[in-house]
Amino acid sequence: MQYEQAQSMSVVYNLGLATRVPLGEGRTFTVGERTVAVFRTRSGALLATQAECPHQRGPLADGLLGGNVLVCPLHGYKFDIKTGLAVGHACGSLKTYTVELSDREEILLRVEDS
Amino acid sequence: MKKEKLVVIGNGMAGARLVEELLARGGAAHFDIVMFGDEPYGNYNRILLSGVLAGTHDPRDIFINPLSWYQEKGVTLHAGVRVERIDGRQKLVHGAGGITEHYDKLVIATGSSAFVPPLVGLKNESGQYKEGVFVFRTLDDCTAITQHAAKAKKAVVIGGGLLGLEAARGLLELGLEVHVVHLKGHLMELQLDAKGGAILQRTLEGMGLHVHLKKNSRELLGHERVNGLLFDDGSSLACDLVVISAGIRPNVELAREAGIHVERGIVVGDDLRAPNEQDIYALGECAQHRGRVYGLVAPLWEQAQVLAERLSGRNPQALYTGSQVSTKLKVMGIELAVMGAQEVTGEQDEEVTYMDATQGIYKKLIIRDQRLVGAILLGDTSSAPNLLSAFGRGTQVPESRSELLFPSMGEASTPSVLQLPDTAQVCNCNGVSKQNILEAVSKGHRTLKKLCDATRAGTGCGSCKKDVQALLENAVGDNSVEDPSAHYYVPGVPLAKAELVAEIKARGLRSVSAVFEALADGREDVASKTGLASLLKTLWGKDYEDERDARFINDRVHANIQRDATFSVIPRIFGGVTSPAQLRQIADVAERHNVKMVKITGGQRIDLLGIPKEKLPEVWRELGMPSGHGYAKSFRTCKTCVGSEFCRYGLGDSTALGIAIEKRFQGLESPHKMKLATAGCPRNCSEATTKDVGAVAIGGDRWEIYVGGAAGSRVRKGDILCVVDSHEDVLKLMGRFMQYYREHGKYLERTHDFVERVGIDKLRRLLVEDEEKLAARLDADIQAAVDAFVDPWEEAMRPHHPSQFTHTLPMESEASGSVARPVTAEA
Ligand SMILES: Cc1cc2nc3c(=O)[nH]c(=O)nc-3n(C[C@H](O)[C@H](O)[C@H](O)COP(=O)(O)OP(=O)(O)OC[C@H]3O[C@@H](n4cnc5c(N)ncnc54)[C@H](O)[C@@H]3O)c2cc1C
Ligand code: SF4
Ligand code: FES
Repeated sequence: MQYEQAQSMSVVYNLGLATRVPLGEGRTFTVGERTVAVFRTRSGALLATQAECPHQRGPLADGLLGGNVLVCPLHGYKFDIKTGLAVGHACGSLKTYTVELSDREEILLRVEDS
Repeated sequence: MKKEKLVVIGNGMAGARLVEELLARGGAAHFDIVMFGDEPYGNYNRILLSGVLAGTHDPRDIFINPLSWYQEKGVTLHAGVRVERIDGRQKLVHGAGGITEHYDKLVIATGSSAFVPPLVGLKNESGQYKEGVFVFRTLDDCTAITQHAAKAKKAVVIGGGLLGLEAARGLLELGLEVHVVHLKGHLMELQLDAKGGAILQRTLEGMGLHVHLKKNSRELLGHERVNGLLFDDGSSLACDLVVISAGIRPNVELAREAGIHVERGIVVGDDLRAPNEQDIYALGECAQHRGRVYGLVAPLWEQAQVLAERLSGRNPQALYTGSQVSTKLKVMGIELAVMGAQEVTGEQDEEVTYMDATQGIYKKLIIRDQRLVGAILLGDTSSAPNLLSAFGRGTQVPESRSELLFPSMGEASTPSVLQLPDTAQVCNCNGVSKQNILEAVSKGHRTLKKLCDATRAGTGCGSCKKDVQALLENAVGDNSVEDPSAHYYVPGVPLAKAELVAEIKARGLRSVSAVFEALADGREDVASKTGLASLLKTLWGKDYEDERDARFINDRVHANIQRDATFSVIPRIFGGVTSPAQLRQIADVAERHNVKMVKITGGQRIDLLGIPKEKLPEVWRELGMPSGHGYAKSFRTCKTCVGSEFCRYGLGDSTALGIAIEKRFQGLESPHKMKLATAGCPRNCSEATTKDVGAVAIGGDRWEIYVGGAAGSRVRKGDILCVVDSHEDVLKLMGRFMQYYREHGKYLERTHDFVERVGIDKLRRLLVEDEEKLAARLDADIQAAVDAFVDPWEEAMRPHHPSQFTHTLPMESEASGSVARPVTAEA
């Protein structure tokens, strides 16, 4: 379960053109101190989660994405990419980020707190 | 009508089961359901934790309801939130972190915790358990034990009851030296008498366990971390891991502090309500009913049903009158069934025993007035179904006692599940009776999978599945509906392979997304992507419209991902024959890139491990060798023996043949990987008879072709497809078989399963005798696939996408010139 923090800062980062991420795949970005996996679905929507799998730190950007489901490449654990919730296992949920496409087709990533 | 709020404290086996039973009875219409669970997960099957520890179950396989289930069902779950206080007057529940919920009805299902005896030196200076000291109750305990075990050598389990022995089994499987220390005179005294305990001990000692009886542990030695155990008698035992499993204590503090009547457990009546509380109920291991606190799951299933009947209003008068405890267990893999009394209680009781210590078998029956009142079956529980039903229903037992002990001796051999009464329990993990199963069948659940999902039978340890299958077959006879989805090529497109192929060809579908669009209502299914990609590539060859996101990461970057997210690079070494120059080349590359490990593989190749994704193109370029496809669902390699050129036994040139095979079929996509081998004589040094496809020279230029062999998780000797008399014919027949497998194998079906499914006779008729005149077409198609081969490592020169080999992108974007900087900051 996640709880909204009452007071939080949010910062928006521009990660460059969306085409840096191939269609249907994900790539890891370093954003300040943290790493974030950004995905671009075949329909062009952007999604973002924490970069490492809570199971054994598998690189989620290298995973398979289909529908709402993200599959970690190391042991196949599944996550709902929109909510971050674990699907059928106990390794906890993913932190998800709000990410949008700018007018100039750039990736805008919103990060809570500073 | 306004809905009432139902709050459940505890998201364990009882709490979650209650909610399920309630929802099944339309409870969502009456209640908003809120649950608190101290463990930060959904709900899992605690019984299977021993399997997780032993490594036979993956943690994710023991989940009954993942977190997403709660969302779907509209149940609010405060996962990882411990309830700290119940305020019965205000009807409030206060959880950690200030989470408060009001309730109309409250159910306490807090289960129990491990009992930890007051040992000296249990904790370190900061008040924590010493490093290396654990209890065994939750998934987190399990994880912590496994992690510590990886660096430990010698473990002691304090307590020789069921749970202690299960923990011991897990630790043995993890490769530790394991000692069980028990206070009592024999193991598992709650379930077994002294003789039974002694026999069990003997069997366990045979498995490598060390057992110490009548030992009272006094002190844990060591400063920060444990390094030994001291006993009352002054003796001691060195160890670096301790699991305390000395019994359980119901979690009743919450109830006690709220003024609810508590004895050993939370006292409840037949309505499962705390007598002096109007709206508070309890069930599971924290509840005490008619003086008993149960420590097994079967009773709590019954409690959950009764309480759900009452709360849902389906049957507000439903009562729970107690459970007869009979259990079938596996202790360290040894079968055990116990029911009722353990010892005779007077003259009127008759005792029948049988003992075979070398086989580890012990059976004891207690009979009173011709009725079975107790039984212990250890090591052989074949008569358990019979006895359980005689015990459960109180029927008269046959005069011949040996018939009871050894069902096959009498007329009435072990009744199959078909002969058991309807009330008999079939699934002991989930408390499912024969009647439950038959009812579900009549409601239309007519495939094994649907039946199991509907009743939960077979979803615990799985040992009753064959009984469920038998009941299903018997009930529906010839009307049994096969689960159509079992035949789908991939789960997300409802077509078997042949129909799918027909549709793909008819509609000209050349990409994975086109298939989803046309044949799956546009629904993209992640589990279907790689299978479709493989099929489309096989069908269309170079006309395939390649969407890289449908490939598994290995096939996107043509290397095998490792546990630390680096990759392994295996260049092709045809037939395992190399040269000093090639070896030097590999050595230079390995040195230049500080390759973490250089390893000779089982397939006679050289593996360079630990290459970062970014470095792959560079490494390939420097090697100047083609890909060995050590990552793909495709032709992998052909292992060879020395053969006739050098070996004094050799009858055929197995190296030359192996090289020819590998050159021809390298990289050929297939439903699963294909590993091949050639052997120069039947001594079979290259293990060709247990490969997917193999050739063995038998003299006079003749070769036996084997298909469907396996030496992985399953071992199977291949079947001889045919005998041919030239290298050319070996290549031809092998190719024909591979093409047929490519066309008809299910995705991820290895050749050994494929050959068994199709049958070797049919394969011979089709591929060798050419009964259906397929051979020419198969030969032409495999030739076309061979011709279409392109070495994927050429992408070192021409990447498919600028960031194909990029692992981490920096924020800076060169493409647009715009910078990855905070563009806004809002408070
Ligand atoms: C390793 C192992 C093997 C077992 N094998 C078998 C077997 O083979 N056969 C068999 O019949 N039984 C077996 N059992 C016993 C069986 O698991 C229990 O009988 C059953 O889990 C009891 O269910 P419960 O819901 O009452 O308690 P639990 O499953 O323990 O659930 C209680 C839950 O409540 C939570 N909780 C407690 N206090 C609070 C609080 N204040 N606030 C919020 N949440 C709280 C706990 O975290 C826990 O998740 C085994 C048990 C273990 C540990
Ligand atoms: S299989 Fe026969 S030919 Fe090949 S190495 Fe062994 S003994 Fe020699
Ligand atoms: S690391 Fe992600 S599933 Fe194991």
